[in-house]
Amino acid sequence: MNRKSAPEILDAVDMQLRLPPYQLYTLDNGVPVYSIDAGAQDVLLIEWVFEAGNWYEEKNIVAATTNFMLKNGTRQKKAFGINEHFEFYGAYLNRSCYNETATITLHCLKKHVSELLPVVAELIMESIFPEEELAIYQQNQKQRLEVNLKKCDFIANRLIDEYIYGFHHPYGKYTSTLDYDQLQREELVAFYEQFYTRGKCLVFVAGKPPADMDQQLNRVFGNLPFRKDPGVEKTYLVNPATEKKYQIINDEAGVQGAIRIGRPFINRHHPDFSKAQVLNNILGGFFGSRLMSNIREDKGYTYGIHSYLQNHVHDSAWMISTEAGRDVCEATIGEVYKEMAILCREPVEPDELDLVRNYMIGSLLGDLDGPFQIIARWKSYILNNLTEDYFYQSIETVKSVSPEELQALAQQYLNPDDFYELLVI
Amino acid sequence: MILYERFVLDNGLRVLVHEDHSTPMAVVNILYDVGARDENPEQTGFAHLFEHLMFGGSIHIPDYDEPLQRAGGENNAYTTNDLTNYYCQLPAQNIETAFWLESDRMMGLAFSEKSLAVQKKVVCEEFREHYINKPYGDVWHIMRDLAYTQHPYRWMTIGKELSHVENAKMDDVKHFFFKHYRPVNAILVVAGNVKVDQIKRLAEKWFGPIPMGDKYHRHLPAEPRQLAARKKEVYADVPFDAFIKTWHMDARLEKGYYVMDLASEILGGGGSSRLYQSLVKEKQLFTGVDCHHFGSIDNGLMAIEGKLVKGVSMEAASQAVNEEIEKIQASMVSEIELQKVKNKTESVIAFEDMGVMSRANSLAMYELLGDAELMNTELDRYQEITGEDVQQYCREVFREDNSNTLFYFSK
Repeated sequence: MNRKSAPEILDAVDMQLRLPPYQLYTLDNGVPVYSIDAGAQDVLLIEWVFEAGNWYEEKNIVAATTNFMLKNGTRQKKAFGINEHFEFYGAYLNRSCYNETATITLHCLKKHVSELLPVVAELIMESIFPEEELAIYQQNQKQRLEVNLKKCDFIANRLIDEYIYGFHHPYGKYTSTLDYDQLQREELVAFYEQFYTRGKCLVFVAGKPPADMDQQLNRVFGNLPFRKDPGVEKTYLVNPATEKKYQIINDEAGVQGAIRIGRPFINRHHPDFSKAQVLNNILGGFFGSRLMSNIREDKGYTYGIHSYLQNHVHDSAWMISTEAGRDVCEATIGEVYKEMAILCREPVEPDELDLVRNYMIGSLLGDLDGPFQIIARWKSYILNNLTEDYFYQSIETVKSVSPEELQALAQQYLNPDDFYELLVI
Repeated sequence: MILYERFVLDNGLRVLVHEDHSTPMAVVNILYDVGARDENPEQTGFAHLFEHLMFGGSIHIPDYDEPLQRAGGENNAYTTNDLTNYYCQLPAQNIETAFWLESDRMMGLAFSEKSLAVQKKVVCEEFREHYINKPYGDVWHIMRDLAYTQHPYRWMTIGKELSHVENAKMDDVKHFFFKHYRPVNAILVVAGNVKVDQIKRLAEKWFGPIPMGDKYHRHLPAEPRQLAARKKEVYADVPFDAFIKTWHMDARLEKGYYVMDLASEILGGGGSSRLYQSLVKEKQLFTGVDCHHFGSIDNGLMAIEGKLVKGVSMEAASQAVNEEIEKIQASMVSEIELQKVKNKTESVIAFEDMGVMSRANSLAMYELLGDAELMNTELDRYQEITGEDVQQYCREVFREDNSNTLFYFSK
């Protein structure tokens, strides 16, 4: 046996990947339900997605607060009673607010789902946003924010988005303690009625749903007054900063700096996006990437450095992000630009490109493993107006993009002059 | 019910195989029976630093990650106070690549000076990122040091101080490897789209030739029973005061572990828990409060911690926590409350068992505890717990004499 030579492998690019289709049905009020029935455990995920992200708010933090407070009181139950109900059945009811959407997510055992659905409907129809709950939320969120403002990475994430999108764009704005102080209960109620109770709702189901899942959902949610028309159209203009380089001292005693280097970028609908994902992987998208190999594994400047394409529906950004030792921050920034320059100057060697192709396909195969993962991918496609063609075309791109194409892409998008650069200590 | 087969190679390597043909993937999980508790008190953080060095090339293979990525695989590892675990996932057709890589680094490392020099820096940056450059980052360094006087749980996995990591020498690395990273001290779990016979063949082929090594027998100093409450005050550059209190509890397989696991849920698990309802919502003394333990194999710590609402005194916060403790000691939990936390436990286990990687990891953990079958039977231990048990153990554990309190003040 020769331990020096690797066993034969099947190239991941030769593997056939399939995105299992969802089942789609429509409730009486027009709400679409996308369902994946798979997996071995008797567990269930149901997610209600509303067009109620901060894209739709008139005032900072109204969308996130409305979403958070869905669990804090209805006409029938206090916050404690709501929590107790879900927790008694070993269920998790989470809510999250994003840029375009806001969600309510239920994880539960299949056998308990019928006890839980009516209370989810109650949250959507009968939340009352009690003043005293709002006051507790304001106080605690303000304190949480003040703790976060001590962290260089938190500050850096806020500022780089502001530079790229502008403070008045939903992707670029952030919250101050004053925003919490200025929240009014009436604003939450109005947002709730418009964007939840009478909002646009999509439902995603995954796991082992009971046989009558469609009927149960229809009985509880099928007659709610959700909007049938497309909903509210809102557009924002990106207003990037003119100054490109920033250095901020947030903590004089800080022993590390948070570095963000980012540029505005196209979204998934642009033909370059899938190719750019391959280029991004080579640059900083995985453990074997050039940034990791050079800046962590060769120089030891950081615990981790990553690059990624932001996951936004509208405008996007290409971002490089790391926390590095205070005395090597400048050197780290220099190395990032060096790696960009090499990608512009030299075509990627076939051997490295093959590795990245295999890694990306293998990783995608792993990502599709299990019902929750499959529905998450479908949800992302549906919310971004993409079809399964996107899945197969992206795979084709990973398998076929050439070193020359990647070099051309680097020359087009990895020009240092296009990047915002921020160091927060 | 998680089905698996178990066998032991001649060199003592324990192997467990869990077939799941619904996934295209395979997971290879190797657990080494060594953690931060096995470190020399003057060389803390070593087990974790060592984990990094396991990726710095092995005796026949210059780089671990590259061939795995080429086979479409991903991997990671973690170190705790109790153990070190390495896992990778790759398309099942390429599973032999994982055997080749994992067996080679069990056979021997390259012991590269460059890798040691770089990973010392990387780990120091990890230390700075998580424990120095973060508000409240040193809380558990201080608390462990207060709560333990003898047992090596008194330092954190990352290490007591940067200098311990900075001073690591190649001789220490070699010694550590041959003491702990031998087949007889390891557990291999393979899960996913594989067959038992195939794994038997591969395990014999790749791991069989590795010398057994000496079984590591652990002789850790037991933590003496705590007889008087300990208190400490710290002033730090943080915006708000924080309160942290711990009590010694039973080891991982003792009854008291299961009881206190449920008690931590009753007190601190979710929006209907007692501490959240009383201290955050009703009395508004804390902005958030947690009750948890660390799942430690040896006698662990039960903890209650939270940040205070600005203007609330440490004494008032401390007093309110004590009142909740007294309540759970004085009157028995209701059937509904007990049922709630049992239901939650059932649900947590079901969700954990969804992913093949998580199943492999759990099997390795239970095998380390002495019986992989616990994976299928442990829920019964929770179901048997009564209200009397909760009351009795809360009286025993939550004694003031058994407590360690840290007042972490904003400067």
